[in-house]
Amino acid sequence: MNNNIRNRLLLILVLVVASVWALWPRTVTVRERNAKTGQFHDTTLKSVPLKKGLDLQGGMYLALEVDDSKQAVQNKAEAIDRALKVVRNRIDEFGVSEPVVQKVGTDRIVVELPGVDDRARAEGLVQSSAFLQFQITDKTQAFDKALARLDGVVKQGGGTAVASAADTTKAASPLTNLFSKADTGKAKNDSSKADTSAATATGGPFSKLIQPGQMPGEYLVAKNDVPTLQGYLDRKEVQAALPPGKSLHWGSEDLSAGNASYTTLYLVDKTPIITGEYLTDAKPGNDPTEGQFVSFTLNNEGGRKFRTETGKHIGDYMAIVLDDRVMGRPPVIQSAIGTRGQITMRGAELQKTQDLALVLRAGALPVPLKIVESRSIGASLGADSIRDGIHAGIAGVTLVVLIMLFYYRFSGMLAVGALLLYLLFTLALLAGLEATVTLPGLAGLVLSVGIALDANVLIFERIREEMVHGKTVRASIDEGFKHAMSAIIDSNVSTVITALVLYEVGTGPVKGFAVTLMAGIAASMVSSIFVVRTFFLLWLNRTRGAQTLSI
Amino acid sequence: MLRILHDTKIDFIRLWKITTVVTLLFILPGLLWIAVSGYKYSIEFTGGTLMQVRFAQAPNIADVRSTLDDSGIKGAEITQFGSDIDYLIRAQDPRSVAQQTRGAESIATEIQAALTKRFGASAFTVQRTEAVGPKVGGELKQKAIYAILLSFLATLIYLAWRFEWRFGVAAVVATAHDILATLAFIKYANLEISLIVVGGILTMIGYSLNDTIIIFDRVRENLRRRQKVTLYDTLNRSVNETLPRSVLTHATVFATLLALAFLGGEVLRPFALVMLFGVVTGTFSSIYVAPPLLLWIESKWPRASTEAGTASRARNPRGAAVTMSR
Repeated sequence: MNNNIRNRLLLILVLVVASVWALWPRTVTVRERNAKTGQFHDTTLKSVPLKKGLDLQGGMYLALEVDDSKQAVQNKAEAIDRALKVVRNRIDEFGVSEPVVQKVGTDRIVVELPGVDDRARAEGLVQSSAFLQFQITDKTQAFDKALARLDGVVKQGGGTAVASAADTTKAASPLTNLFSKADTGKAKNDSSKADTSAATATGGPFSKLIQPGQMPGEYLVAKNDVPTLQGYLDRKEVQAALPPGKSLHWGSEDLSAGNASYTTLYLVDKTPIITGEYLTDAKPGNDPTEGQFVSFTLNNEGGRKFRTETGKHIGDYMAIVLDDRVMGRPPVIQSAIGTRGQITMRGAELQKTQDLALVLRAGALPVPLKIVESRSIGASLGADSIRDGIHAGIAGVTLVVLIMLFYYRFSGMLAVGALLLYLLFTLALLAGLEATVTLPGLAGLVLSVGIALDANVLIFERIREEMVHGKTVRASIDEGFKHAMSAIIDSNVSTVITALVLYEVGTGPVKGFAVTLMAGIAASMVSSIFVVRTFFLLWLNRTRGAQTLSI
Repeated sequence: MLRILHDTKIDFIRLWKITTVVTLLFILPGLLWIAVSGYKYSIEFTGGTLMQVRFAQAPNIADVRSTLDDSGIKGAEITQFGSDIDYLIRAQDPRSVAQQTRGAESIATEIQAALTKRFGASAFTVQRTEAVGPKVGGELKQKAIYAILLSFLATLIYLAWRFEWRFGVAAVVATAHDILATLAFIKYANLEISLIVVGGILTMIGYSLNDTIIIFDRVRENLRRRQKVTLYDTLNRSVNETLPRSVLTHATVFATLLALAFLGGEVLRPFALVMLFGVVTGTFSSIYVAPPLLLWIESKWPRASTEAGTASRARNPRGAAVTMSR
């Protein structure tokens, strides 16, 4: 065996060892949050270091942009950077392994959550602004006074979305029951109720949807009427007719009376007494009588401010407004409150409470975000895809091997041997580049098997031609490799060009396709040319210059 | 030694008139049809919501449809996806897309709620959801067109550098033919234009170009070696000489694509189909589009007289006759 062959074999051996090492299962530590306890814990497991795309392992992909539909955002680029930090904090706390949070282009945040398939929860987590405000409910009955005006405005605009009158009348009787049960010695409420019933009696399109509640600034809307009322409230002219200096928020809790169900609506002072920017910590908690709650702590400055403000409003009701929604029912301020407070989440699930604490801790989003793209793939579908891909791969490779063996016999066997090395090299390259294997990537891998053999086909055909021209086996092999080179290189370069373009343009899965295609071409240059050549040299050496070649 | 199509002397290029008519008969009606009724685009391009649902047992489609209609998700398209328990629900009409951008209750949530109400939560599982805003879809459309043009331009530059411009132009026109034929095929096969189909088109471009390059590489070599033969004969000879390679390579690629089409799952099938067609049209164009075109270009813009093509054609009027008859 001469030196040349020995060196070649040595190099192949090194490549094989390196590839096997690159693909050797290794222990990875996965940090996950326990859904029940909320604690992080680490688990270690052994796995092949090939990163699977979301489409293969299941998970969520979200693309977010600044939502400027409601209010103009001046510096979008800066806003998106700040939002990115907040979203990243939240995702880190959310506790999935290997999440991706990154900015794409200048105005988009992309979030990838492998293994998460609770779509609604993930969307809520990244999208909720977590903008916390404490606002005093209105005690001036400004809303009641504005009802007549609002009726007029709605009538003028044409009651496009008129709720059926029957619904409201039906709703009226259990409501009275609700009041009689709840109204125990609250003179203030009684008077406001009397006022509004007068307004309700007029039966305007707007006012007939609204019933007075049990505390100043609280109103009840039958659940069926909520969309209608929201439709009215979305109108510009209605917005303009609302009492100045006040804002209107839906409540988070529903009240039910008999078989009717009501949603609460609150009119509060527009200027909050304090906002969530002073918040330093938030923790979920559970109380046997109160149910779920989130307790929060303010910093010293916030605490001082809070104490002064609440001191001024003793006896008033304070709405805790999170993202324009009043959380729980506003408590009455009994004395000045300092740095600690809590948000009750009656009837909410544990998970919801945990998520709220999480987003409050991670900070409010500087700007509202809207989801421009959302994909979720269940883990079982991903497993199905992997199974299908492997089946297709096995079938494809088997067919190709049969064709090669049938047509090229001994030489075909060499090519098949090289093909196995090719698969090893390609996978190792993908692992080494930390590329993500996606479903289209699997297709690329299967397809590249066919393309990888093209180089061998070109070479073998060339060797045949040279042999037909009467050259010796050794000379034919040399010439065959030499002459096939230009065609192989040209055709591979043109494939790489299209793959590069695909990589540039494609999103996740298609990028995966481009990467496997390129890795496949690189690996095939080594396996189809270098490895097969070495096999031939080895064979020539063993047979001491054979006179015939099975090709 | 097992040989197929060894040492053939088929006059492929003689048939160029017939094949041109054949391919035009395939492409033109397809393009016309596209012009009239357009393509079906996937959610990725139009925006909208897609949900893949697996039912515990085969549901009654009419029932699913009326359930969705009743809950206000009108115009949702429901199609079987693979087995009879897997369904795709697509809300792709402009109204649902607009609703989605308002960011209110997402359509996916509504669909899921409606199905839960009708069938119960345990009767189905949501396997996959995709919700794409119209802006993202529009961007992607632009990107896809840009990608096809870019890969086109890049290969043209590469070919011009590696060969010379006549070969480059012929190869690129052959590739353009393949793209048009594939676009027509997509219409005939009633496939949806999705990102994976665009990926198939781009891969097809690379693959079909390969084929042309292999033949042109041989032409280049033969021109250098045999100066006394017409370009016409050289082209024919080169096609014949590379024929065994073409057959073998196409067979192996075809085999892997068939495996993908039948076993690779529903998502990959459109890709495999586009590529299967790409292998056919790529082979066709590298024999019947690129070489005749090269002949025609040579007749219009002949090379310097010292070079093979022109010099030999002067001695052999047959080659010239064919090229000029166009």
